[in-house]
Formats: sequence, C-alpha cells, structure tokens
Amino acid sequence: MIPELGHYAVVLALAVAIAQMLIPLIGASRALPSWVAVARPAAVAQFAFVAFAFAALMYSYIVSDFSVINVAENSHTLKPMLYKVTGLWGNHEGSLLLWVFMLTAFGAAVALFGGNLPPTLRARVLAVQAAVGVGFYLFILLTSNPFGRILPPPLEGHGLNPLLQDPGLAFHPPFLYLGYVGFSMAFSFAIAALIEGRVDPAWARWVRPWTLAAWCALTLGIALGSWWAYYELGWGGWWFWDPVENASFMPWLLGTALLHTAIVVEKRDALKTWTILLALLTFALSLLGTFLVRSGVLTSVHAFATDPERGVFILLFLVIVVGGSLTLYAIRAPTLGNGGLFQPISREGALIFNNLLLTTACATVFIGTMYPLFLDAVAGAKVSVGPPYFNGTFAPLMVPLIAAMAVGPLLPWKRGDIAGAFGRLKFAFAAAALVALATLYFAWGGPVLAVFGMAVAAWLIVGAAVEFAERVRLFRAPLAETWRRALHLPRAAYGMSIAHAGMGLVVMGIVATSSWEQEKLLIMKPGDRTSIAGYDIAFEGVSNVRGPNYSAARGHYQVTRAGAFIARMEPEQRSYPTPPMQTSEAAIRPRTDGDLYIAIGDPAENGGWATRLYHKPLVHWIWFGAFVMVGGGLISLTDRRHRVGAPARQRGPAVQPDVQAAE
Amino acid sequence: MRWRTVLPLVLFAVLAVALGVGLTLNPRDIPSALIDKQVPDFALPPVPGKALGLASADLKNGEVALVNVFASWCVACRAEHPLLMELARRRTVPLHGLAYKDAPADSARWLAEWGDPYERTGVDRVGRVGIDFGVYGVPETFVVDGQGRIVFKHIGPITPRDLESKILPAIATARGS
Repeated sequence: MIPELGHYAVVLALAVAIAQMLIPLIGASRALPSWVAVARPAAVAQFAFVAFAFAALMYSYIVSDFSVINVAENSHTLKPMLYKVTGLWGNHEGSLLLWVFMLTAFGAAVALFGGNLPPTLRARVLAVQAAVGVGFYLFILLTSNPFGRILPPPLEGHGLNPLLQDPGLAFHPPFLYLGYVGFSMAFSFAIAALIEGRVDPAWARWVRPWTLAAWCALTLGIALGSWWAYYELGWGGWWFWDPVENASFMPWLLGTALLHTAIVVEKRDALKTWTILLALLTFALSLLGTFLVRSGVLTSVHAFATDPERGVFILLFLVIVVGGSLTLYAIRAPTLGNGGLFQPISREGALIFNNLLLTTACATVFIGTMYPLFLDAVAGAKVSVGPPYFNGTFAPLMVPLIAAMAVGPLLPWKRGDIAGAFGRLKFAFAAAALVALATLYFAWGGPVLAVFGMAVAAWLIVGAAVEFAERVRLFRAPLAETWRRALHLPRAAYGMSIAHAGMGLVVMGIVATSSWEQEKLLIMKPGDRTSIAGYDIAFEGVSNVRGPNYSAARGHYQVTRAGAFIARMEPEQRSYPTPPMQTSEAAIRPRTDGDLYIAIGDPAENGGWATRLYHKPLVHWIWFGAFVMVGGGLISLTDRRHRVGAPARQRGPAVQPDVQAAE
Repeated sequence: MRWRTVLPLVLFAVLAVALGVGLTLNPRDIPSALIDKQVPDFALPPVPGKALGLASADLKNGEVALVNVFASWCVACRAEHPLLMELARRRTVPLHGLAYKDAPADSARWLAEWGDPYERTGVDRVGRVGIDFGVYGVPETFVVDGQGRIVFKHIGPITPRDLESKILPAIATARGS
C-alpha cells in the first residue's frame, strides 16, 4: 500500500507542477494577481507530495519490502541500516526521486522564504522550476518508476554493489545532486529574467546565494567522490578524468565562473548577458551530466544500467530545456543592454579573465569528454581520451588562473593599478620564492614543474592572506583599528579569502602527490620486508575475518621508521556474496608528510600476496583544501548582505545539506 | 538577434545531433585488434575428466569453429550457458571452451553441474593464452575460420539476438569464403 501511495504522490506532484508551470506564467504576463499567487502554494504542495513519495520509498527500503522491484534489486536484509537507506539513491530510479525531491525543496524554499522578491519574478521563477520538474516527473512515471511491484516477491534482495557500501559514497550523490539541482535555481532566475527582459543588481543579489549554495554542495560532492575513489578503488588514484567525473566537474567550472560574474552584475550592473548565458549553460551541463550517466552514450565505470528508451527521453528533455532556453536567450539577450564601463585592468577585468580561463577549461574538458562520441558518430572510429590530454590542456589553463586569483581581489572596480597590486603582493612573491627554494631543497632532482606548481600555490595562499591583511590594514593601522575593521568586514570577504586559500591547498596537494608519489608493487610472503619513502614495512601474514555481509582476507603489516614503531596497517580484500564481488579496502595512514597507502590483492601461487604500496605526499591536502573552500563558501552564504530584506531566506540553501544527511 | 547570442543555440544543436547519433551506437563495441589475424600458438590440456585438449592446430583443420572463453567464477557465463548448450545440441558448429584463469577442478565441477557444451576444452590456468587472444572480459566468444584466423569476436554473454544477428552470420561468411 505504501509504495502505491508514493507512486500516486508523484502523479499528484506532476499535476501540481503542470498547474504551477502554466498558471503563474500566464498570470504574470496578463497581470492577474490571483493567477500569480498560485505559484507559492503550488510549490509547497509539490514539495509535500514528493517528500511523501521519497519517504514512502525510504520506508520500503528500511523494512526491506522486496515486493518493490527497486528494493529487491538494490537492497538486502543483511545490509547495515545506513546502506539500506543510502541504497535508495544508489540506483537509477531512486536517484531520480532524490533529484526531484531536491528540486521541489529548492522550489518550496523560494516560495516560503522569497518574500522580498517581486511577485511576478517569483511566480516566473517557480513556473520555470515547475517546468523542469514536469520533465523529471514524466521521466520517472514513464520510464523509471521506483515503486513497481514484483509478484511473488523474492525472499532476499540482490544487494547493493559493495563498492557503493561506503560512507564516502553514501553521501556523494546527495551533495552532487544538491549542486546540480541548485544550479536549476540560477537557471530559473535566468529564464525568468529573460522573460521579463530585465537583469539588474537586485536580480544578481538574488541569484548569488542560490548559486553559492549549489556550488558549495557540488564542491563537497565532487570532493567526497574523489576521496571515495582514493580509498575504496584500491589503486590510490583520486581523479580519473572519467566521463562521469567530468560531467560533474564541468558544471563546477562554469558554476564557479557564474559565481564570480554575478558579483559584477550585482556591483557594477555589467556583463549581464554573459551572466545569463553562464546560468543557462551551467544547468545545461548539469542535465548533460544526467544524460551521460544514464543513456549509455559513453563508457564509464559509473554508468547506471542503461536503457536506450531512457536515453531518448533524456535527449528529448535536454533538447526542449536547453534548446528552448538558448532560443529564448538568442531572442531576448540583445535587449538586455550592458551596464557600467571599465578598464581592462580592474576588478571587472580580472573577473572576466577568470571567466575566460574557467570557461576555456570547461570547454577543454567538454571536448575531451565528448570527442570519442563525436568521432564515433561521424567516422565510426573508437577512441578514448585519457588523462594525458586532460592534464596537458587543463593544467596550463590553471596556472594563469591561480596566479591571477591572488591579484584580482586587490584591484579596485572600474580602473585598477596593476603595479600597486603587485607591490602589495611582495609578501606573496617572497613566500612563493621561499617555497620554491624549500621544494628544491627537499626534493632535489624532482620535476622542475613541480617547483613552479608549489610556488604558484604558495603565491595564491599568501596572496589571499595579503588581501585580507590589506582590508583590515594589519600593521598599518593600530591593532585596535585592525580589530574593528576585522569585525566589520563582510562575511563574504572572509569567505572569499578562505575559499581562495583553500584552492591553494588543493593545488599544493595535487602538485605534490602527482610529482613525488612513490609506488611499489610486489609479491610479499609472510616475514618479507620492504621499504618505501623511508618507511620500513614488514608483512606479518594474512588472517580471515568476517564482516556483517562479507568475508575478507586481512593483511597485517607493521610500519617502522628508523626502527621506531609507526603503525600497524591492515588492508583487506573483501568478498561479498550478494552480488558476488570483491572489493579492496586499502589501509591508509595519514602522516604529516603524506599518506602511506597499502592495498592487498590476490594471493600468488607461491604463498605470497600481491601488495601495492604507495607514499603520496600531501595528498590529503586535496580534500582538506576542498573542505576549506566549502567552508569559505558557507561563511560567505551567511553574509548579511544576502539576507537584507529577507531575514529568513538564508535557511533555505545553507541548511539543506544537513537536512539531507539527517534523512 | 545577433549572431553572438545565436551561437550557443547553434553549438547546442550540433551537440544534440551528435548525442542522438550516439544513442544508436554502442561504446562497448570495441573492435578486436586480432580480427583477421592468426590465433596465437598454444596447446592446452583439457579440463579434468575430459579427453580432448585445445591447441592452435585444432583450429586449423579446415572447419569453422567457435572458441568460448569461460570461467566458473564468471556470473555472466552462466547467463549465456543455456544458449551454448542449445548450440551444442543442434551441432551447428564445433564449440570449444577456454577455461580462463580458473582452477581446473572448479571448471570441471562447473561443467558437471551446468552441462558441458564443448567439444574440446583448454585449461588456461594463468590466463597466458587468453591474454594472447586479447581477452579482457569473460565471457568472450571468437569465431575462427578453418585456417586458424579469427574472423569475429563477441564480448560479453551471448544473447539469442547476438547469436542470430552477429555470430551465425559471421560463421556463414567464414564458411563461404
């Protein structure tokens, strides 16, 4: 009964969404206040129905109701409760329900907390939001019903892919979707603005917090996914340029660009059409990500079970949403007009530079990701584009971007003084030089580019600190004055400095780990010893252990350094019976100088065990830096300027992640 | 309308067409590098309990044959197994099995349990021969013409549709040439 109610709730949500899509839009263009007023209650009702459907499916998972096909295929009675719950979105149908759940949650947030929006703009935003929802409801109801039943119900479920039974991955999709769906807000605002024919600073002020919230969630989602790949896949990589990873990375790159141009619209009333285009494209790429994962168009480790019928539906949906919005853009954008003028060397100029590099970077990732498809479609040839392409094209774009990240915030609006900015960055120069020398000293003979990379990262981190010190006039004004300024500094300024410094940490982590990683692959017999990066590792043997729903061979390794005990490390090779699969649980020991990483593989014929040892310098800085960036974003979200005139609105986006986690 | 604002739409139209074409293609159709090449030289002992082993010479006796790479640990092999049994029953084509990276006793038990469709079998304990064949997933099925040339390769479990639309035509072509 419960699943049928859930199914029915989705049908009701579709009906409400259709009404919410049409009535407010007509009302807004014909100036009918009662029609416009439909938008808010409809958005709340839509959310209530989808939340009910989501809860119904969640219930089926929790009680392991195997008469529901989706539960039978993806759950198992022996699975820990956490993974029963997260199993809901570990599959195509359930993840779509999660998607619309978030979409309607954002819609309801606008309806409830958007009190200070002009009513017609709010109505149009909600109508666009509902239109996106209609597409997804139809997709769910026509091709991917998560509530389908099976008779007779199987006694036991198939279980969830064991690779996915992991806390890092349990929360990776919700955050990723929160990001994707969050960009739908920017999209809806952009479409509403195109319909109204008006983009102004107030509009930008409205869009920014939503974009920022989406960006935070997406950053976190990508970081969690990368972290999961690092410790779970067992070969110690943290980014593979896999099509699906790229699918989440492209909206991130454009979303980051959008975040920055929205500031220009807000502060200077310039770059309006470009900002609108970015908002449209960011969401288009989010949808494209959904398409790539589910259609089977590209080969990927992440692909859900693919089904051409679904692919056709998503493509159609993509054509309507993206094609429709770009058509609207082509017609209306020229009428928007452009605002304030500025010199190339200025804050605006720096932000355009940032946008240019970010969109170019996004384009290179896009080309690399889609090239195999294009070539297959045009010439019928099969190729795959690998990391060498991406590393070779992406890194050179990042270097000027990072170098400019330290300079841009020091330039004033309209017209800047580059010499003055560089003058104030002398500490950053000194820090970069120092780090370069230190790198040369500690890693003599290593890659020259690595020295450069570390220096650029240091430049960025210290540059962010210099910018902050400038703002509070540290050491220039009396300390009391500095303190007073620090207290009155907008939270957004704190957020920016923190996020930029976080980016610097990420870069350091990436440079260090890709330049000085050490790897050893060998067969070890009990009693064997080896050493890596100054650590001595002794293999003591293997014991068999049983987990709640798996059995494992656990290797025992003792790590010492210069005779002193450091750690015992116990990687596992797990075997799951349902579905039959082996996973590798690497043992990772974070140390100040980097991670020690041991993965155990198959037994060899002579009684030894395949062992993979890595030393990965500073690798955890990558995720730490990403978390710092998210932290900066969240602090910026709490800026009171986002709240002015809308005291309660802030709760919407900022609190969302916790709501998800608690569910 | 200015061309600058229409450009995104045009680019998207190109992308949409490519995606549409992409839907009709299968990225997992990967051509084998060994198509039209000679099978590697090998001679393998049979699965315990069976009489005939498999060697490259057995594939050069003038008769078109199928070589099916299987393993007892391979779940997808179970899926295609009934079809292989059917193929063996109809005696359409000699079918040989290559037990890839599998303990010989396990292969034998597997064949005893689910039925043995193979005329000849080869135990490829460490996967050396499989690698020479360019195997990277199990199951895989090769069509070899009477001169020991690989003329077709199917990756993944064979479905009835694959059999009718790809494998049987490949056999017919090989016999015709």
